[in-house]
Amino acid sequence: MGTLCACVLAHHQPHHHSAESKRMAEDGRDELVATDDESDHTAADGSSSLNNTMVEEGSTLVRRMEICVAEAEKRSGKNTVNMQETFTVYLIETRPMDAVAEGRNPAPDSLWRRYSEFELLRNYLLVTYPYIVVPPLPEKRAEFVWHKLSADNMDPDFVERRRIGLENFLLRVASHPVLSNDKILHHFLTEEYGWKEVVYETGFQAKADSRIRALSATFRVRNPDKRFMEMKHYSDQLQSHTSQLLRARARVADRLYGVYKVHGNYGRVFSEWSAIEKEMGDGLQSAGHHMDAYAASIDDILEEEEHYADQLKEYLFYAEALRAVCRKHELTQFELEMASQDLISKKQQHEELATGIVRTFSFKGMTNKIFGQEAPVQREARIKLLEELIAEGEDTVKEKTVECEEHVERAWVDMQRFKEQKDKDLREALINYAVMQISMCKKGIQMWSNAKECFLKM
Amino acid sequence: MSVGTPRGLASSGQKPIAEILHPLSSAAEPLSVSVTVNLGGDKTTRVEFDLPEYCVRRRYQDFDWLRIKLEDSQPTHLIPPLPEKFVMKGVVDRFSEEFVETRMKALDKFLKRIADHPVLSFNPHLNSFLTAKDLNKRQGLALLTKVGESVKYVAGGYKLRARPAEFCAMGEYLDTFNQKLGTIDRIAQRILKEQSEYLTELREYGTVYSSWVGLEDELRRPLEGVAGCVTTCCGALEDLGENMSQDFLPVLREYVLYVESMKNVLRKRDQSQAEYEARLEAAILRKQEDRTPMPVEVEKCQDKVECFNADLKADWERWQSNKRQDFKQLLTGMADKNINHYEKCQAAWESLITLLQDKQTEDKSSETN
Repeated sequence: MGTLCACVLAHHQPHHHSAESKRMAEDGRDELVATDDESDHTAADGSSSLNNTMVEEGSTLVRRMEICVAEAEKRSGKNTVNMQETFTVYLIETRPMDAVAEGRNPAPDSLWRRYSEFELLRNYLLVTYPYIVVPPLPEKRAEFVWHKLSADNMDPDFVERRRIGLENFLLRVASHPVLSNDKILHHFLTEEYGWKEVVYETGFQAKADSRIRALSATFRVRNPDKRFMEMKHYSDQLQSHTSQLLRARARVADRLYGVYKVHGNYGRVFSEWSAIEKEMGDGLQSAGHHMDAYAASIDDILEEEEHYADQLKEYLFYAEALRAVCRKHELTQFELEMASQDLISKKQQHEELATGIVRTFSFKGMTNKIFGQEAPVQREARIKLLEELIAEGEDTVKEKTVECEEHVERAWVDMQRFKEQKDKDLREALINYAVMQISMCKKGIQMWSNAKECFLKM
Repeated sequence: MSVGTPRGLASSGQKPIAEILHPLSSAAEPLSVSVTVNLGGDKTTRVEFDLPEYCVRRRYQDFDWLRIKLEDSQPTHLIPPLPEKFVMKGVVDRFSEEFVETRMKALDKFLKRIADHPVLSFNPHLNSFLTAKDLNKRQGLALLTKVGESVKYVAGGYKLRARPAEFCAMGEYLDTFNQKLGTIDRIAQRILKEQSEYLTELREYGTVYSSWVGLEDELRRPLEGVAGCVTTCCGALEDLGENMSQDFLPVLREYVLYVESMKNVLRKRDQSQAEYEARLEAAILRKQEDRTPMPVEVEKCQDKVECFNADLKADWERWQSNKRQDFKQLLTGMADKNINHYEKCQAAWESLITLLQDKQTEDKSSETN
């Protein structure tokens, strides 16, 4: 089986943006981050080994490391409710890049991680970098299966494809100009024990936006950036098309399987028939064997096609990540609008109190009318309070404006990067699909030609 | 009727008859075909034909008439079968192009097999069939008489003393062969069904790619390309299916009929042997009683049986040989069609890759410029 054990060869790359490296340094990330200040970038030479799309022009790879998800193993242990369970762990191997480049072959450092730990890492990245289209994980459960394919998470083929998917995830993250510098990521790759505690200590869970807030923002935001709305619409469409395609492909695979397998029956009947024939016997018998081989050939063909399905799935899930970035924009925009609105209303209140002119209906105004105006002392106090609140409110609006603008700026850059990556990857996926089809046709021609030769000898 | 070795064809320098069948059909009247008889070159070798070429119009019932006449006049020989006489109305469109085409091929084969036969090709009924403007058909009576006679010896409860081993073997072979034919027919039908379902899904699959095109800009070409290839593959698959149902299955089914005909001849041979043995036994009893010599009819019967056996053996060999050729052709044809199908698909996908890779180099060179 053509496995995609992509151990990307990271190149020693200086930083693309000196500004970016400064920002990273300011965040207090440690020395593992690139410290070069050169702002020129050398064109990234596509790594000679597989997966050219990983290596981007001037991208920051984890230049010190060669990363690989080498193996998968079954383990048993007690889970959180003290029940026995079996789960799969994956071996992550890392090696310093310079050692490999120099031709030395040191043994890799390695550690084992469960799928749930990958999930934790990703959730951390999602919260910490809401302006990045975060690469997705391979699916948790097998979906879009055609009937002969196992939906069992413990099935060795599923585990193998998941191993490849996890490696793909790590390579994507490690080659991302922003994500690859993350400390937690480095920890994940190098420190087996205590990593979870470190992640929780970042307090990222508290920073996560609540679902409800996010949803309400989507409905109530007034002036979201048009480009982001278009992107969001695109992400919906992308999700729809990829899932349709995956479903249709699974159905096609199912049917094709049926067609091939029925030909196996020819094998049997030719064999039986050959028993009663004299001159025709040998030809029939051998032709029968070729029919059996033809029927059997579909298994490998369809297994190979699963890689194509996996590539489509990655972008199905990527669509979700893209949408998340757009929703974050809606949220920040909405919060800005709310803060602005709040500031305006406070200013108005202040104006009313200060000048006595009531512009808008208020209960205070009503009660004033009914019960008489409040005492000047009280009014002064309230005016004072409002002034403080207004000052705070102005700060808040400034903050929110910065937050919103920064998000827009950074997100737009990453969305462009994502678009280019997507175009390249999917184009390659389609070409590879065509290559697979050609291979299938060649095999078919070979089998039938073999059978034909036998028929001619009848 | 032939006695001893039948007259050969090539060996005796006699040229075979080659026929060409052209369909003539009009909606108003049932199918009639035009039979063109072309006597390969040298007309003098076939003296019973006056002209070098004949062209006559015949209907299915004329072919049926010929078959019955041949069976009557050459009871010891295997007469090739005709395609099914009655087709269910509503299930098969008797005027559709495919049906006409298929039937015509079967009728053509029927005539060719007769023309190839060293004995049957000289039959006067065949001559009339091929040359007469109007066939003077009188059927029924003769057939009934023949049937009556043989029924007497079977219905009379007389059993064969011993069927010679070779004829038993033939019977067994035919039974097994028939079974296998049936199985192959079922498999072929199943394949057709599976392929048709696959085709339905494949079409749907292609439209998903097409619908995605509108969403993308850079990916437009590859997506369109894939959709196009899928459509081409659908077309190729359709052709394959058509071919299987029009060429492969009818020939297979016709062989089932052929097996039936062969079995009938074997039965008739059994009957003639039964008749002989019955007469022989009766004669022996009488001989024992009143010392009369062996009656002539008994001897005639014995001759008849021996003739039958000889004819049958010769026909059997010929049938086996033809069967081998026919199936070699049939199966090779099936393989060819499948190869052809894959070749079409492969060509489509390969041209897509070329197209996409050309575009890629185009883009790269425009980037560097």
